[in-house]
Amino acid sequence: MIEAILLPFLDATLRTATPLLFAALGELVTERAGLINVGLEGIIIAGCLGGLVAAGAGGPMLGFVGGMTAGMVMAALFAWFVVTRRADAIITGTAITLLGLGVTGTAYVALYGDAGAALRTPTIGPIALPFLSGIPWLGPTLFTQSVATYAALLLVPAVAWWLGRTASGLALRAVGERADAAAAAGISVERMRWGALLFAGAMGGLCGATLVLADVGTFNEGMSAGRGFIAIAIVVLGRWTAMGVAGAAVVFGAAFALRSLLQTLGLPLPYQLFLALPYALTLVLLAAQRGRAVAPGELGSGLDR
Amino acid sequence: MEALLALWQGAFGSAYAVLSATLVRTTPLLLLGLSVATAFRAGILNIGAEGQLLAGAMAAAAVGLASTGWPSAVAVAAMIVAGIVAGAGWAFIAAALRRWFGVLEVISTIMLNFLALHLVSWLVRGPLQEPTRTNPQSATLPDIAHWPTLIPGHRLHLGFLLGLLLALALWVMWRHTAVGFRLRVVGMGARAAASAGRVAVDHTVMGAFLLSGAIAGLAGASEVGGVTWGLYDGISPGYGYTAIAVALLARLDPRAVVPSAVFFGALEAGAAAMQRDAGVPSVVVQVVVAVVVLAVIALDEWRRARAARGGVGA
Repeated sequence: MIEAILLPFLDATLRTATPLLFAALGELVTERAGLINVGLEGIIIAGCLGGLVAAGAGGPMLGFVGGMTAGMVMAALFAWFVVTRRADAIITGTAITLLGLGVTGTAYVALYGDAGAALRTPTIGPIALPFLSGIPWLGPTLFTQSVATYAALLLVPAVAWWLGRTASGLALRAVGERADAAAAAGISVERMRWGALLFAGAMGGLCGATLVLADVGTFNEGMSAGRGFIAIAIVVLGRWTAMGVAGAAVVFGAAFALRSLLQTLGLPLPYQLFLALPYALTLVLLAAQRGRAVAPGELGSGLDR
Repeated sequence: MEALLALWQGAFGSAYAVLSATLVRTTPLLLLGLSVATAFRAGILNIGAEGQLLAGAMAAAAVGLASTGWPSAVAVAAMIVAGIVAGAGWAFIAAALRRWFGVLEVISTIMLNFLALHLVSWLVRGPLQEPTRTNPQSATLPDIAHWPTLIPGHRLHLGFLLGLLLALALWVMWRHTAVGFRLRVVGMGARAAASAGRVAVDHTVMGAFLLSGAIAGLAGASEVGGVTWGLYDGISPGYGYTAIAVALLARLDPRAVVPSAVFFGALEAGAAAMQRDAGVPSVVVQVVVAVVVLAVIALDEWRRARAARGGVGA
């Protein structure tokens, strides 16, 4: 009984946490470089459509590449305004989000017509890892996931190692803590931030592509459903570390997965309550985080006015 | 070409297009543009006009549905008050999270937009659903709760007039009162305003946030009372997001919000006609909105750069 409910819930949690983890890792690197990217939502939705279109042309693997490319294009636009031209990051980010939602909605109808909602792309199936998936009880669930989930989980230590243990990671953090000091030490602030944003664009695009290719299997207008903003909250809740971000992403994955758990259990509660849960959780957890977070120094102007 | 013609015809092609389509769609954008301009001027990045509009719409619909038997003026006034209070209340959540918990309002207001969306979805399938319980929408408001129209035979309603009056009032407040001065100072730099001593920054920010929410709530009441006469999913096609472009294009000046709102109102009305007549999807409006915002940012940056060079060269 417990297994029939809990294991599918765990499975759904990992599946829904995967795109959030990609996006949040990208946002983590961006914020460690001292920028906040509220255009992430627009990057993700671009990744959704890019993933669908490319998968339709050349299969799911090309789909992931297409999603990343679309995300990077949006991120480059944001970087040009904010890094190169020094425009306001929040206003620009809002515009990028609106642009992403508008362009994808328009392009989708233009490409597939009004009835496009019915268009489906095959999702990539789970792969059972040898040995590990043989572990009794939790093994078959934890280690029978899509390739995207494994990739996201492997990225966590990779990003942690890169930020913490490499020269370029250190330079990036220096830019995020004190841009003028980093510049005085000979680090190109512009180049670091461009790099961080392009990485975030690839990760945001991967988030969108994963949503389409490993979970939903189709595109809907506005299907990113606030994930870009939730990813920003995940970075705050994860206290700007890769491990923390992974933990927070799983919490939000669980909040999204509760929808399917509700269907399994058939609780007499309005389903909108569960749809609203991730958003309410974001507010509650951000409020609870008060005063305990150590934000990168250059974010100070944006987070603590 | 055919699409552009349809767009123009739908927006300005006839008295009907102007008075029953363009200006009707201008009304929420005018109010919401004023709401966003108020917040942005005080340095508050309120992206939550959409949610505050929905909160106002829910409250106004609930009051309007209960108003059977009231005098019409009382019903309309009660809807206005309900919308304002609900909008301000919804904004208060984000304002309180910013003031006492340090939560960035860009994130909190977006989250509150999604919460409001799901709240509407629940209300129209639950407590406010129409009596037959078949469609996810409320019953139609009683006639007395319909807002008066401004020109006989056209759909333009009281909300538009309220928007014009509010634009004037905000401009006067901004330019000629101490409250307006405090808002401007805080918007320019909270730290400087606080260290100068005479400005209570926290109070001013809270006040501006609530005012911004109240105006957005009024926009929700105005949509329910003047346009939809009921509540349903998708009551706003993202007016709250378009309003950011309305306010930015107007350089946050309340007077300039009026023509800016008419521009986007015409675009919305024209896009609806374009979709109907030429099959071009109306989401294209969002693209135009985003491009306008980016163009305004680029122009600002270009002016700043030129001004900086001008100090040396010209």
